[in-house]
Amino acid sequence: MSATILVVDDDIHVRRFLRTTLAGHGHTVFEAGTVATALEVIERAHPAVVLLDLGLPDGDGLSVIRAIPAEQRPPIIVLSARGQEGDKVAALDAGAEDYLTKPFGAGELLARIRVVLRRGGAPAPDIIEVGPIKIDQPRHMVTIDANEVHLTPIEFKLLVELARQPGRVLTHRHLLLTVWGPTALEHNQYLRVHMAALRKKLERDPARPQWLLTEAGVGYRFREPTT
Amino acid sequence: MARLKIFFGASPGVGKTTSMLEEARAARARGVDVVVCVVETHGRAETQQLLDGLPAIAPRNGELDLDATLARRPALVLIDELAHTNAPGSKHVKRWQDVFELLDAGIDIYTTLNVQHIESLGDVVQQITGVKVTETVPDAVLDRADEIELVDIPPDQLLERLADGKVNAPESMLSRGNLLALRELALRRTAERVDADMLAYRRQQGIGAAWPAGERLLVAVGPSPGSERLIRATKRMAEGLHAEWTAAHVEVLGAAPLNEKDRERVENHLRLAESLGGEIARLADRSVPDALLSYAREHNVTRIVAGKPTHSRWRDLLRGSLLDTLIRLSGTIEIHVIAPLQHGPQRAAPASRDRPNYVAYISALVGIAAVTAFGLAVFRYATVADISMLYLIAIALASLSGRGPALVAASVSIAAFDFCFVPPRFTFAVAEMGYLLTFAVMFASSLVISTLTVRLRRQERDAVVRERNTVALLAFTRDIAAAATREDVAAVTVRHLESVFPVAASVLVPEPRDPTQLVAAAGLMPLAREEQTVARWAFDHGEAAGRGTDTLPTARVLAVPLVAGATTAGVIAVQARHDVRRRGGAALPLLESFARQAGLALARVRSAEEARDAALRARTEELRSSLLSAVSHDLRTPLAVITGAATTLRDDAARLTPVARDELLSSIIDDARRLERVLGNLLQLTRVEAGLVPAREPIPVEEIVGAALTRLEDAIGEREVKLAVPSDLIVSVDPVLFEQVLINLIDNALKHGAPPLELSASRAGDTIDLVVRDHGAGIPDGDSERLFDKFVRASSAPGAGLGLAVVRAIVEAHGGTATIERPRDGGAQFRIALPAAHVTLLEAAS
Repeated sequence: MSATILVVDDDIHVRRFLRTTLAGHGHTVFEAGTVATALEVIERAHPAVVLLDLGLPDGDGLSVIRAIPAEQRPPIIVLSARGQEGDKVAALDAGAEDYLTKPFGAGELLARIRVVLRRGGAPAPDIIEVGPIKIDQPRHMVTIDANEVHLTPIEFKLLVELARQPGRVLTHRHLLLTVWGPTALEHNQYLRVHMAALRKKLERDPARPQWLLTEAGVGYRFREPTT
Repeated sequence: MARLKIFFGASPGVGKTTSMLEEARAARARGVDVVVCVVETHGRAETQQLLDGLPAIAPRNGELDLDATLARRPALVLIDELAHTNAPGSKHVKRWQDVFELLDAGIDIYTTLNVQHIESLGDVVQQITGVKVTETVPDAVLDRADEIELVDIPPDQLLERLADGKVNAPESMLSRGNLLALRELALRRTAERVDADMLAYRRQQGIGAAWPAGERLLVAVGPSPGSERLIRATKRMAEGLHAEWTAAHVEVLGAAPLNEKDRERVENHLRLAESLGGEIARLADRSVPDALLSYAREHNVTRIVAGKPTHSRWRDLLRGSLLDTLIRLSGTIEIHVIAPLQHGPQRAAPASRDRPNYVAYISALVGIAAVTAFGLAVFRYATVADISMLYLIAIALASLSGRGPALVAASVSIAAFDFCFVPPRFTFAVAEMGYLLTFAVMFASSLVISTLTVRLRRQERDAVVRERNTVALLAFTRDIAAAATREDVAAVTVRHLESVFPVAASVLVPEPRDPTQLVAAAGLMPLAREEQTVARWAFDHGEAAGRGTDTLPTARVLAVPLVAGATTAGVIAVQARHDVRRRGGAALPLLESFARQAGLALARVRSAEEARDAALRARTEELRSSLLSAVSHDLRTPLAVITGAATTLRDDAARLTPVARDELLSSIIDDARRLERVLGNLLQLTRVEAGLVPAREPIPVEEIVGAALTRLEDAIGEREVKLAVPSDLIVSVDPVLFEQVLINLIDNALKHGAPPLELSASRAGDTIDLVVRDHGAGIPDGDSERLFDKFVRASSAPGAGLGLAVVRAIVEAHGGTATIERPRDGGAQFRIALPAAHVTLLEAAS
């Protein structure tokens, strides 16, 4: 799977590392060091993925995300440091697809790009199969290794939202909005209650989850099954 | 630097030597090399007993053997009577000079001193006692002392010891009045000296030891409403004495039982006592005094508090007075009698003094009538001169009741004597001029005796007032020693002022942002504008102003400055609560003593704050230097590895075997991760220490544990992890910070310990415990606490020694504690205790 990728970072060493790694895996790489260049390249070259650093000399990385209308926006993966959970959440809620915490390894980077590319906008299938978990949407049925698991309607909705985009982090806000609706936005606790319940039903050891992962301070992620 | 400790007393016999010996024995028990140089036993067995077993250096020529002591070089030397003058021919004239030489040689000294021997107080002492003090010690000697312990016993007890022959000095100064005055002097001198040094903690201990908390109070309560006041008064007294106290109710056996209502009131009173921190006791006896006293003796009670009777005297005459019996049988136990009604003692007293003493007048008249009758009966056998003597006796007795009765008695006696006995009898005429002289003598003796009586009374009253003031000042000094902040000092000052004087008080201090404004630091008394002016004047000039002073005497308030060191730190403003006509100036000296103590306490607080700031600065400095060394070492080492490995890979790629290449690559990756960890921890630590407030939310422990384990998945690999985390435990924490806590602990266990890694959570009461345990070599003894410090590493494993410091900082920012434990079956165990969130998840969700 080769694609056109835009790397936006003001640090030339980071760009060099990303360019070398990505080119080595057959991707076409564009580079930008400022918000202005980034927007220009996006308009001209229509990259399939953008890797975006949040701190740029002429503005916040967020302004890149916001400058492009949602329907024309390529998937954006934000690059940020640990401890900037607030920034990550802001970027994700503004429309970024995912984030990577610096420093990261090449394997992690490629995996994230793969997830983003694979998504490609296709709607989730009626039957989602991730690892041992099989979700039959029309029949509202969930099985693990062919054993049926009974979920409440909310748990089911939550699971579908997570599992239809395995590997992608979903913010608390996003999940609350899609599962509960706009009135529940302040109630992270709803989410915690139902996540705990879901783990109890789906995980072998809820304190050491294999599928429903927590991204502290950001949200939840359904693990991408290793193929 | 050698230490000098002075056991300081008001007079001989208070127990200085005993205190010194007891403390020396304690020091010896701790292994200190104690030697007795000079201790006077005055032939007392108790002192001798304390001396037994303490090594001594024999005196030479009756004086302290300085050379032998210097040669022997003990750690601590006991030298009694610091003011002693050496015999002629000794090396130094005064004993204190010997002491200084020993101190210079690095030997600690315990010594004893009486207040009258202080040079600057010689005049005062001479005024009080009439004794000229020749053996004195310069005040500088006192200033050199590292510690002064005031040894104090109440004058009455001292007089008792004197009577028992336990006091060595046959000094004329040992009258009760003198002792009271000397005691006040000693107390003031100690307080000044100790407070001036601002050794708050030492003083607390010093004075605490001088007045051992051996006091125990007992208050008798019954159904009468006055009991409530008794209980509160006892509580206050107990607080002042740092004593324990008990409230007791006595059920009188054989008497009619209490009715329902009274019983309930008694129970209420006992409950009140319990709620105020007292113990309660229910006693039963045929007699109330017997019950109270036997309980008191069994429980080492030192004071009994009882209510003043409200019934008439007749009842006592008929049924016997409880109070009289109690006082008569109490022995060494003090009895305090407290008025049942709420009014200031100082206001009540003058009223009773000024009331005309009808009884005295009546008894004077009755006495004279009796003398006259007796005289008429025996006239046949006696001379007129004999009868005049009888009248003199009657006049003398009446004069003891004061001037009024004296004059009445003299006049009536002269009239009766003249009329009945002086010839010509039964007329007021006088035949012989000699009788006029007799009349004059009668009159003069009534005047002389009554004047002396009045003077004696006044002295007695002064002594009482002085003792009360001394006690008040003592209680105040002790409480204010414990005050740690400016607000405490102000609050204690107001509380004591309001309890000692019938006044409302405020402590005013400059507003920090606008020093021209004085604001109340304690006390609720509002000040009008002109009263503010009085306070302002006192503050600016460092002198008392307002009512009773020379400045602005018409004001309603009296303002006394609080002088702290060289500056004025604030002002005490007081206003008489009830009687505005009362002169504020009467209590001014005592008030100024209070102000002086409060000022010194403020200065002490200020210097303690400065010391704290300085310590903080020093700590910051220390932290910065260890940070620098950590950065230079812990950041450079991995960088060196990365640089080295990378250059080798670039330059020698052709000559490397595939295995060597892989090794170099792994070390680059590992050391880069190590760098990241160090930086992450440093960052986190800086944030928390800079006062980052955790963004708390209720989170299941299970979720935090899960998140941390997911992030460490690669590091854990195939190692065994045992989990025991119940799903219903909820903590209120910052999820990001707390994930870091767990990551650091797990990482720590992976680095230093051996598998299996155990992670468990449990709830005990209001605490949730999170335990991370490994099965490695464990932690060496004594290292446990240090490991939480920055830059301390348990083993030589790589790391900056920051992980646990971060753990503790974050946990403490959450109001929890982090501790290390050593399980008996090996390994290291880290326990995080957090306050449990008082919600269940579902409650939190709804």
